Amino acid sequence: MRYNEKELQALSRQPAEKAAEIGMRVPKKGSVVKRRLVKLVVNFLFYFRTDEAEPIGALLLEHCRIAKEEPSGFSISFIEDPDRKYYFECSSEEQCQEWIDALRRASYEFMRRSLIFYRNEIQKMTGKDPLEQYGISEEARFQLNTHQA
Amino acid sequence: MKLNERSLAFYATCDSPADNTGFLYKKGERHTAYHRRWFVLKGNMLFYFEDRDSREPVGVIILEGCTVELCEAAEEFAFAIRFAGARSRTYILAADSQPAMEAWVKALSRASFDYMRLVVRELEQQLEQMRSGGRRRTEPLVPPRRERSLPSSSSKENGCAVWSQESSGLPNGTLPRTSHEGAPRPPPLPPRRKPSLGNSPIPLLASETPFTPGTTTFSQLHDWYGQEILALRREWLESRGQL
Repeated sequence: MRYNEKELQALSRQPAEKAAEIGMRVPKKGSVVKRRLVKLVVNFLFYFRTDEAEPIGALLLEHCRIAKEEPSGFSISFIEDPDRKYYFECSSEEQCQEWIDALRRASYEFMRRSLIFYRNEIQKMTGKDPLEQYGISEEARFQLNTHQA
Repeated sequence: MKLNERSLAFYATCDSPADNTGFLYKKGERHTAYHRRWFVLKGNMLFYFEDRDSREPVGVIILEGCTVELCEAAEEFAFAIRFAGARSRTYILAADSQPAMEAWVKALSRASFDYMRLVVRELEQQLEQMRSGGRRRTEPLVPPRRERSLPSSSSKENGCAVWSQESSGLPNGTLPRTSHEGAPRPPPLPPRRKPSLGNSPIPLLASETPFTPGTTTFSQLHDWYGQEILALRREWLESRGQL
């Protein structure tokens, strides 16, 4: 699949929501844990060699599952291949939980669901649609009935 | 750079709601020929397929940080997706009609993650204030202004082409020509990401974190989802004649 790699590289240089050096193991036969700089920017998780400016790779965090892995680690897998896991080892339980929380909220789809929820709540309380002032109330992506739980 | 392409392809073709779909003509990179492609916008990813029933996208345009503009092109109803940066590619696309073009420009200029986050945060704050019985807002909300200086010479604001030079940097400034809703306020302009200086791998932490729903909000989220499940279950039981 073609993609605009230059823009993705530029994105990897943007301020991160979260960044840390943690151990990472990719789902490849015989792979071992390696120390990586891991950086969360919008709905992408970039991973770098600790001394390099360009990322080795990026993971788009849509339709993924973030699971706790003992001890003090977590994994990322994707819905179409749930056994293929990217493993991460944190230095503490606290750090691990922070990453899990941040990654679970990092997808566009999660934000969309939150927006629909807040819109619905506000509409119930005020009788008014809070999106109207933005002129986006008709957009399909914010409609309650297109939402799939 | 490695990218989880298989997951991207799945995201493109799964039945999660698309933000816009349709045929567009895409100008080739090297040649002037336009190719008709089936486009699917999901979140901040613009996928394009050879045809409507293709099983895998030909490619994807990652939209974060782009600006969308009408453009002068031989092709009618053309618009451009542009990125900052020296040798960035500009994507020239053309729709079949004026309304289609406008719909695409509108959808694409609001497709960024940043924009979505801004709106969500606004609504979250509104809800918090209403819950805490706080002061009633009588005027429409002004989106929080990001502390960064917008380039004064820029005549284009992220999200839409602004045709006048003055006050082009203000969130509540001139209405762009591409806006067609009768609403009195323009939508909040997506904040422009400031390109970071240098290539150091030292992580820069954003001063803002994504919204952090409070525990009360989470439990309500939980209840809310639960209602849908309860309703579905009730339907199912009824259909089996067990209620």
